Amino acid sequence: MTANADVLVPVVDRGESLEELVHAAEEHTRGGISNPVLGMILFIASEVMFFAGLFAAYFNIRSNAPVWPPLGNVEFNLRGHVLLPAILTLMLVTSSVTCQIGIWAIRRGDRKGLMRAFVVTIVLGILFLSGQAYDYTTLGFGINDGPFGSTFYTLTGFHGAHVFAGVLMLGVVLYRGMAGQFSARHHDAVEAASLYWHFVDVVWICLFTLLYILG
Amino acid sequence: MATTVLTPTATRARSGLYDWLTTTDHKKIGILYLGSSFIFFLVGGVLALAVRAELAQPGLQFMGEAAYNQFFTMHASVMLFLFVIPMLAGFGNYVVPLMIGAPDMAFPRINALSFWLLPLAGTIMMLGFVLGGSAAEGWTSYSPLANAKYSPGVGTDLWIVGLILIGTSSILGGINFLVTIFKMRAPGMTMFRLPILAWTVLVTSVLVILGTPVLTSALIMLFIDRNYGGSFFDPAGGGNAVLWQNVFWFYSHPAVYIMVLPAMGIVSEIIPVFSRKPLFGYKAFVFATATIGALGFSVWAHHMFTTGSVYLPFFSFMTFLIAVPTGVKMFNWIATMWKGSIQFSAAMLFALGFLTMFLIGGLNGAFSASVPVDFAIHDTYWIVAHIHYVLFGGSVFAIFGGLFYWFPKMFGVKLNETLGKIQFVVMFVGFNMTFFPMHELGLMGMPRRIADYSPMAGWNDLNLVATIGGFLIAASVLPFLWNVFISLRGGERVGDDPWEGNTLEWATTSPPPPYNFDRLPEIRSERPVFDQRHRLAGRATGH
Repeated sequence: MTANADVLVPVVDRGESLEELVHAAEEHTRGGISNPVLGMILFIASEVMFFAGLFAAYFNIRSNAPVWPPLGNVEFNLRGHVLLPAILTLMLVTSSVTCQIGIWAIRRGDRKGLMRAFVVTIVLGILFLSGQAYDYTTLGFGINDGPFGSTFYTLTGFHGAHVFAGVLMLGVVLYRGMAGQFSARHHDAVEAASLYWHFVDVVWICLFTLLYILG
Repeated sequence: MATTVLTPTATRARSGLYDWLTTTDHKKIGILYLGSSFIFFLVGGVLALAVRAELAQPGLQFMGEAAYNQFFTMHASVMLFLFVIPMLAGFGNYVVPLMIGAPDMAFPRINALSFWLLPLAGTIMMLGFVLGGSAAEGWTSYSPLANAKYSPGVGTDLWIVGLILIGTSSILGGINFLVTIFKMRAPGMTMFRLPILAWTVLVTSVLVILGTPVLTSALIMLFIDRNYGGSFFDPAGGGNAVLWQNVFWFYSHPAVYIMVLPAMGIVSEIIPVFSRKPLFGYKAFVFATATIGALGFSVWAHHMFTTGSVYLPFFSFMTFLIAVPTGVKMFNWIATMWKGSIQFSAAMLFALGFLTMFLIGGLNGAFSASVPVDFAIHDTYWIVAHIHYVLFGGSVFAIFGGLFYWFPKMFGVKLNETLGKIQFVVMFVGFNMTFFPMHELGLMGMPRRIADYSPMAGWNDLNLVATIGGFLIAASVLPFLWNVFISLRGGERVGDDPWEGNTLEWATTSPPPPYNFDRLPEIRSERPVFDQRHRLAGRATGH
């Protein structure tokens, strides 16, 4: 223990392949889940808590109301208004599938497959946003129409904002993909963006069930 | 494969200022955090002096009630959100990557974003003062008082926007800390060899990630109520005023631990070094920290006992329960000092200040956990005393301890010890003069957040004492500012490891090179630098 009393950094001592060792050395990181993907998972955890706050407010107000939906505006009965949102739900779920197809493609090193799948995903995301915007114009109440209006537009509006952010994220990934920046081994940004997209999808499924089906 | 490969090779034609404005080096960002937070500490301090000056005597001498409301609201907001939280994030930023043997944070550019959001958010919050009045309904911003009807004006909206930005900064910072600690530890740095400060930053980051977004959602709902006719919190419109308190405190109680856990971490680095002993009960300390983090989410409604809409036995019990892991830590610290060769350096004095004052803050908090007692002292100066014993007596003393302890690492020079000791004594005396009488005032029934009180109430003398103490605290900051100034200009140059520290930051140069380490000592315990020093010493004497 004279010459090697100090340990060179970075050294990974878990028997990874040489390629992984080099990768870990480049990134100064340990093996396993990559830094960007872990960062995105933690960010999604914080987003879950953000929506948890909004959902908690919704349930609190709903449980304190004498009747739900509140009387006085027939438009509050969203179960009669389920067709377009159902189509939009289908689009968003499909977009999650196409997104995942893109992930599987790039894991095989298939860049064209990734591009194709992500273009479809982005188009579906934009269609969802446009559909939601149109849907807003057909609703007979606004954000200032009591607790029902406030909670409805806050929940769906912030979800929409997240879909918009997701579309931007996927757009950046698509742009970087067209620039040839991803390969079977280097595509952390793709994985991270797709996790976010799936999360946004799951939030919408909860919202759709809660607001339109359970009413 | 040494780290030097990663050093940027581009020739730099940048000026020093441009370099600081665009840096992604965690050490520079850490120093920026500390500097900016300290400026906000001075701002918040001036606001506090205004409040204390007004309260020195009954009657309104210096300002109207509207201005007074703005001052105490912004005092709390600045101190909590722009001073204590970012100051501790600054220590985390500077010290944690060094402690775990990492070259930088996991996401250096996001780290820079986290920092730069803060001066922006602070400016937005402060803009209220020049745009017709800042937020004035208290930092808790209870609805319906905070609604557009009772708090008109743009100040509260600016406060909301500023706070959302600060929350975003915290969340991004928390993610960064967690990924850094989970993924960037040097070989041999197992989780149970992490320095305690890294553990406390880890638990704090979990609290930030899970708590802060709930505050963001609450603030957004308040903003919608105020500006778009929403009715989340307005009972008149079918909303629920207590809902605000629930979502607000769901974050803001864990925020107390966000503001004190890293302070405990700082103290846990200082006390072993200046007692020349390892920290007593390392694992107990780690589990106590994790327990505080977990229980921290189950006590928020103890701020709401008097609303009559929370389940009192549960929240009272949990509040008493959370005192247990804190008590464990007290014993850890005391047992660490027990029979140690204690050196009363300025850093150690501030750590001891933390210990004693935080103990009082814990005890007077335990009183409030008891529901019948809380009914009597709710919203009185007793609560003001409690919060300041925890956050000033606790966090602020630890912050100054940390500044004295890591200053030589940051700048290669020591702060002057004599000036530090003078500062400590004046601050300690001033602090107790200010806040100890508030217990008595609270028991006598003086409510918080009032600008004026009856001269017949018998509160005159204690208020005067508290005000004198407040100005003494302000005076104690002057030797510190002078100390920093003279030390940076020509302080005593010390080596890489002036305190004979335990943790990895003392194994590199002072200040460290851009990517921190060319070589690391072997890590076989939570005190790698101690191990290295004594192994080398053993070799020198021929063992």
